[in-house]
Amino acid sequence: MAIEVRIPTILRSYTGGEKAVEGKGDTLADLFADLDARHGGLRERLVGGDGSLNRFVNVYLNDEDVRFLGGIETPVSDGDVVTILPAVAGG
Amino acid sequence: MLRIRQDLVDEIVAHARRDHPDEACGVITGPAGSDRPERCIPMLNAARSPTFFEFDSQDLFRLYRDVDDRDEEIVVIYHSHTATEAYPSRTDVQFGSLSPDSHWVLVSTRDPDEVEFRSFRIADGEVTEEPVEVLAASPLSEAAPESSPSQ
Repeated sequence: MAIEVRIPTILRSYTGGEKAVEGKGDTLADLFADLDARHGGLRERLVGGDGSLNRFVNVYLNDEDVRFLGGIETPVSDGDVVTILPAVAGG
Repeated sequence: MLRIRQDLVDEIVAHARRDHPDEACGVITGPAGSDRPERCIPMLNAARSPTFFEFDSQDLFRLYRDVDDRDEEIVVIYHSHTATEAYPSRTDVQFGSLSPDSHWVLVSTRDPDEVEFRSFRIADGEVTEEPVEVLAASPLSEAAPESSPSQ
């Protein structure tokens, strides 16, 4: 078992066009590092220089926004589904 | 080029007027791959602001799930400017670059009598205005098979 990560269209250039990829880790930060080993550059689109989640993406653990859980340190486990969506906002 | 039915244009403008002076926002979905806007879904502006809009994150999650379940795509992302022209702001360009496949529609409600309705593509930080062709409102079940796909 692994963690399924659903990738939005805008980031599929990092996954060879795949809509979903698998990874592992104990936290979201670990998971993104694991993904980055196979999909170089992906982590940089999700995490800012200060290590927190990029404001241009929303990340959900199962169906919950991780900002309301533990942010980048949210624990994850096998069988979880992580969904990444581009935030829709503007001025 | 954005081809959009008159009743959908009217729905966006009515939403923008209703929420003025706060910015209004929403999407129009259509069959995946069709580039044909059909179903208008007004969204809550979680920022409730005259200068900023943001889809609530849980609403966004449900929207994407719904769109996937129906085999649709988000054809149009719209929002209003309430004191300035209907042209993408710097913030719009930053966020819009993440949704390059959607038409970025802007409405200005700065004038109570006149409507500005414009459409843009935003990709890689570049804004390109596109023509808008307004189609007669018609029952979509009949109209759908005859509409030509985007070139």
